[in-house]
Amino acid sequence: MNYTLDFTPVVEGLPSLLTACLGTFALAICGMLLATVIGIGGVVLRQSKIAPLRWLIISFVELIRNTPFLVQIFFIYFALPLTGIRLDPTPTAIIALGINGGAYAIEIIRGGVQSIPKGQMEAGLALGLHKGQVFRLIILKPALKAIFPSLTSQFVLLTLTTSIASAISAYELTSVSQRIESDSFRSFEVYFTVTIFYLVISWLMMRLFALFSARYFAYPVK
Amino acid sequence: MGRDEFLFLLLGLKWTVALSAIGFVSGCLAGLAIALLRTSGIRPVERATAGYIALFQGTPLLMQLFVVYYGLALIGIKMDAWAAVAVGLTLHASAYLGEIWRGGIEAVPRGQTEASKALALSYASRMKDVILPQALRISLPATIGFLVQLIKGTSLASIVGFTELTRAGNIISNQIFQPLTVFGIVGMLYFIMCCPLTIYGAYLERKFAASAR
Amino acid sequence: MNDISTTVDSTHPMISMSGVEKWYGAFQALRNINISVEKGEKIVLCGPSGSGKSTLIRCINHLESYQKGVIRVGGIVLGHQAKTIDAVRREVGMVFQQFNLFPHLTVLENCMLAPLRALRLGKEEAEARARQLLERVKIAEQADKYPAQLSGGQQQRVAIARALCMRPQVMLFDEPTSALDPEMVKEVLDTMIGLAEEGMTMICVTHEMGFARQVADRVIFMATGAIVEEAPPAEFFSNPKHERTRKFLGEILGH
Repeated sequence: MNYTLDFTPVVEGLPSLLTACLGTFALAICGMLLATVIGIGGVVLRQSKIAPLRWLIISFVELIRNTPFLVQIFFIYFALPLTGIRLDPTPTAIIALGINGGAYAIEIIRGGVQSIPKGQMEAGLALGLHKGQVFRLIILKPALKAIFPSLTSQFVLLTLTTSIASAISAYELTSVSQRIESDSFRSFEVYFTVTIFYLVISWLMMRLFALFSARYFAYPVK
Repeated sequence: MGRDEFLFLLLGLKWTVALSAIGFVSGCLAGLAIALLRTSGIRPVERATAGYIALFQGTPLLMQLFVVYYGLALIGIKMDAWAAVAVGLTLHASAYLGEIWRGGIEAVPRGQTEASKALALSYASRMKDVILPQALRISLPATIGFLVQLIKGTSLASIVGFTELTRAGNIISNQIFQPLTVFGIVGMLYFIMCCPLTIYGAYLERKFAASAR
Repeated sequence: MNDISTTVDSTHPMISMSGVEKWYGAFQALRNINISVEKGEKIVLCGPSGSGKSTLIRCINHLESYQKGVIRVGGIVLGHQAKTIDAVRREVGMVFQQFNLFPHLTVLENCMLAPLRALRLGKEEAEARARQLLERVKIAEQADKYPAQLSGGQQQRVAIARALCMRPQVMLFDEPTSALDPEMVKEVLDTMIGLAEEGMTMICVTHEMGFARQVADRVIFMATGAIVEEAPPAEFFSNPKHERTRKFLGEILGH
């Protein structure tokens, strides 16, 4: 019990830690964008008239939601080269995050779409718009507004999940902190500090989503 | 992949189940305390527990495991990796479950509390006999959802160096150089554990939603 | 040869339905419906709830499909192909009981959306048209507000303007005043009367019998999916032929 805390290595490593925070941010944002694309596309396919397409999406969602991200990222890391795609760890991690987040986004956005009254679809059709236009121009925005709080917490979770990308040495905060830790053996000091960094990052992420929501979903509802 | 390799994976699976069970049971006990403190009506206590929850919901589980693992060693508690992971998972679960059940407690109509008070029930009886049974029922789908999250979360123990299912997979994969087969099987084993829970949770949610109408 | 005409032809009745039947599974919602509506005619459809009157007008713009019979709108045979459905929907405006304004778009944007996207008008033209029609339903000053900021009556008038922005040949009204507070019914009915006076072809599902007396050329009474009686309003109200019509009028007029 004669341990004295020594934050010197943390202070010395601060520049690389702070830069790594940007790496985490970039990883998270790219992962979210991919997840949103997969989420919206998945919802469209999930409602397709073609039954096998629907089953494909349902299986994808359940497979992803019921296995750990760590196993998924390992699998993708080893599987991608076999399909002839050679990617660095960081893009690989973005793909894994997008796929993982996308599966959750499909379920969340689907809930939002289902919450939109049927009359909205009918009014759009009666005005001569096509189904695709109705989805894009009429359903999507109110659906996203309705589920934005759930989407926010899912995407904050995605931000925290980026730390697992350290397992394939993607460039982000956790892997950089592991390097500093193994150089200095000041494990607790390093990880304690980095935990605080993550707290700030997830707080910033939530603020970002609140700002986006206030701008993009500003229209009043009853 | 041979029989021995598969048995090694099953050995890892056993530890995954054990870690999940310990984390969930002790997390439930601690989480109940957190939920009660969070809704105690005593301002400083509510603030402190809100902070505790925000801390665990705002940081990665992996970091929580690192800090607990090295932090316990720091204050002189020598522990196996698995015990440290169990403590980490318990704290993690207590925060998430505490928040889920706070929501449940607050979702019970105010009139229930008022009626209990009017009947001169003590706080303990009010909670145990009236509020918590309703709150836990409301929160059951979310609780099961978190259990799935926790089972998947135990995979991070592998990064701290504890040999559960995922690390067993890593070890075998490095031995036989068939990562896709190995991680495919590992994933399937997780899926077999989690999917029935997910389906059950969704079933409960539908049932509750239908009865609320 | 293009055998599907997709342009309105004035030699045909505006709308004709012949032998239209519709089932929901084993339940028959429409039985042998035969209607012909000339250009400029105003029809009021009434009947007890569940009589199929909403289903009937929703077939005209194919919000509901039907299993038997033929529907023509301005000579276009409303087949089940997307092409004819689109063509018909561009010619037929619809106003709903629940308004169904789009909550994320302003009043002006609600009116401009379909002209921009379905008719592919330019932005300026669509906006000019929208403002002109908002003026006509006396709500121009609310153009930049969102639907949730308007009263029910105002919302329904916007919905009428939104439908008119497509320059439809026919307007369908599906219980347009049923979801309104009583004090707002008049402003919507006045708008509809104005439209009728300008010669719009209209089919209105409504229980507003005052409106029917004042505006309708014919009143059609439906029960259990079939047309029971069809007559000019004077005759319909003073001398209903069928027992069911009498019973219905007794209930709705309160004597």
